[in-house]
Amino acid sequence: MSEWSAAIRERARALVARYPDRRSAVMPLLYLAMLTEDGDLTEDGMRQVAEHTGLTPAQVQSVASFYTMYKREGVGRYLVSVCTSISCMLLAAHDVLDAVADETGVPHGETGEDGTFSVEHVECIGACGGAPAVQVNYELIEGVTPDKARELCRWLRDGRPEVVFSDEMQALFGGQRSFEWGPKEPEGAVAAVPAIAHLGSAAGSSSPPSGGSPAAQPPGGGST
Amino acid sequence: MTATSTKILTGRMDAHPADSHTIERYLATGGYEALRKALETMAPEDVAAELKASNMRGRGGANFPTGVKWGFLAATEPRYLVVNADESEPGTFKDRMLLERDPHQMIEGIALSCYALGIRQAFVYVRGEYPRPARRVERAIAEAYRHGFLGNDVLGTGFACDVVVHLGAGAYICGEETALLNSLEGRRGEPRIKPPFPAVEGLYARPTIVNNVETLSNVPWIVTNGGAQYATIGPETSAGTRLFSLSGHVAKPGNYELVMGLTWREFIYDIGGGIPNGRELKAWIPGGASAPWFVPDPHLDTPVTIDDVGKHGSMLGSGAVVVMDDTTCVVRAAMNIVQFFAHESCGQCTPCREGTGWLQRMLWRIENGAGRPVDVDLLLDVSDNISPGLKWPPAMTTICPLGPSAVSPITTITTYFRDEVAAHVEEGVCPLG
Repeated sequence: MSEWSAAIRERARALVARYPDRRSAVMPLLYLAMLTEDGDLTEDGMRQVAEHTGLTPAQVQSVASFYTMYKREGVGRYLVSVCTSISCMLLAAHDVLDAVADETGVPHGETGEDGTFSVEHVECIGACGGAPAVQVNYELIEGVTPDKARELCRWLRDGRPEVVFSDEMQALFGGQRSFEWGPKEPEGAVAAVPAIAHLGSAAGSSSPPSGGSPAAQPPGGGST
Repeated sequence: MTATSTKILTGRMDAHPADSHTIERYLATGGYEALRKALETMAPEDVAAELKASNMRGRGGANFPTGVKWGFLAATEPRYLVVNADESEPGTFKDRMLLERDPHQMIEGIALSCYALGIRQAFVYVRGEYPRPARRVERAIAEAYRHGFLGNDVLGTGFACDVVVHLGAGAYICGEETALLNSLEGRRGEPRIKPPFPAVEGLYARPTIVNNVETLSNVPWIVTNGGAQYATIGPETSAGTRLFSLSGHVAKPGNYELVMGLTWREFIYDIGGGIPNGRELKAWIPGGASAPWFVPDPHLDTPVTIDDVGKHGSMLGSGAVVVMDDTTCVVRAAMNIVQFFAHESCGQCTPCREGTGWLQRMLWRIENGAGRPVDVDLLLDVSDNISPGLKWPPAMTTICPLGPSAVSPITTITTYFRDEVAAHVEEGVCPLG
């Protein structure tokens, strides 16, 4: 896809309108650009972010290159992120990372040939009380063992869930949590983009929040 | 009520785990009454005066008194409030809990702060790796608008307050307030030279207050009960309760809301359940990865207060306590932390950009049996170029404190574990395997 659909352009304008200065919309628009390309940040995507923010494509690339979550090299259907910062490291996070890399056949920092998995080790994701912690498309699982990490990867590969839910994965593959999570979240992630209503990146069983964007929007924004 | 059981921030989520994040539960437990009280009976400066009287110090890591910070806000319009929810300091997961489990408490704190400061637009900068907390906050904001606690005419008083959620995208440095502001403006998250401080020139070069999630979550209680009452909780210069994130080699990791003043022994052993698997305590980080570590002798019986930790050469920082048992290789642990800072360095300042990577490479070769006898002193020499004098609080050759933070584990292991570091070099192998 090269040009954004009318629906995506409409969403882009709504994101720009959230700020006093349209340049501030660069970050959400970069996520939107990724969402339209199944998680990849493309040159075309960045060019369209530039159009909506009044920046040059070079300025947009300069911003995008600063942040680790903008995946200019492309990303798989499932981005598996293993935290290896101090609290997770102390509780053997590197064994979890090795298990993920081995089970998926994808080494740290790369995407598998079939596009199913990207694997990365990441710095602290704020789950230190439930170390070691893993995220799939930024949806969190705490207290993961190497064996459970392998099961998680098989579950993703065999089931290919459209939406990944933190609570579901925690129940299946998690253990010790940082704190009591409370009730289940109704929404999960459709791609390697943080799932939140205002980006249109969250999907699930809930009705859309009042004043927000439609919650259950497929990547690409549907019909025009 | 015992001294350590005071619950300002976590009482609701403890009592009502199923729905503490909903507006129904919040309203049923006294929520938004502080906002109503302030709007109907207090002038904005009265609210600010309560914050000043509370002596609360900011909970983001710098521990600067919030009421004093508010006093620096310049008068020109428009002004902004920015909530720092970019919690990324390794070991810290307290704000995540407040965002997920009691978002209305923070939102009421935002509305109260905006009223006190004459601000009508607030932004909540949530780190990109926190979509679940961000979803809860976004839903709570929508609920608050529906109930008239946010919007153009809050509770029919004419006070206007808008709140927008902004997601980060994976950059620790954006927790530094001026980097956060650049990021919110749609720029690379590089810290700015201060002065000017954000209170004078912040977001869009406008006067801006940047406050942490936990800081703002305390504001409703302070307005309800009075700043003087808050100031009576805990030691004089460490007033109030504090959320500690406990992790690592400890039996009961988790977030604990504590009144400061207990000892480290009480915290780690009585509250945290001690060291599991029959192991011994070797060291702990008292305030996040940026803080120099503590060791049982001489720190275990010192008090957990902002000032006492400072006096002993470290900081309470973000309240993140990471415990290491006697199986921990200190070189490997230090390398992990230095690697973190090397990865997160924004690259603006040479001592940090080059120094953190150099320290990381030296630690790697020491840990992997290729260290040279000169490397221990070289670690300190490079560290001295990042933070001259290796003193505490650290001196800086950089725009922000990230570079000096990478020095903390180096000074720790060369002070308390010099023999263990030297053994790596002499034996050509990590003695802990």
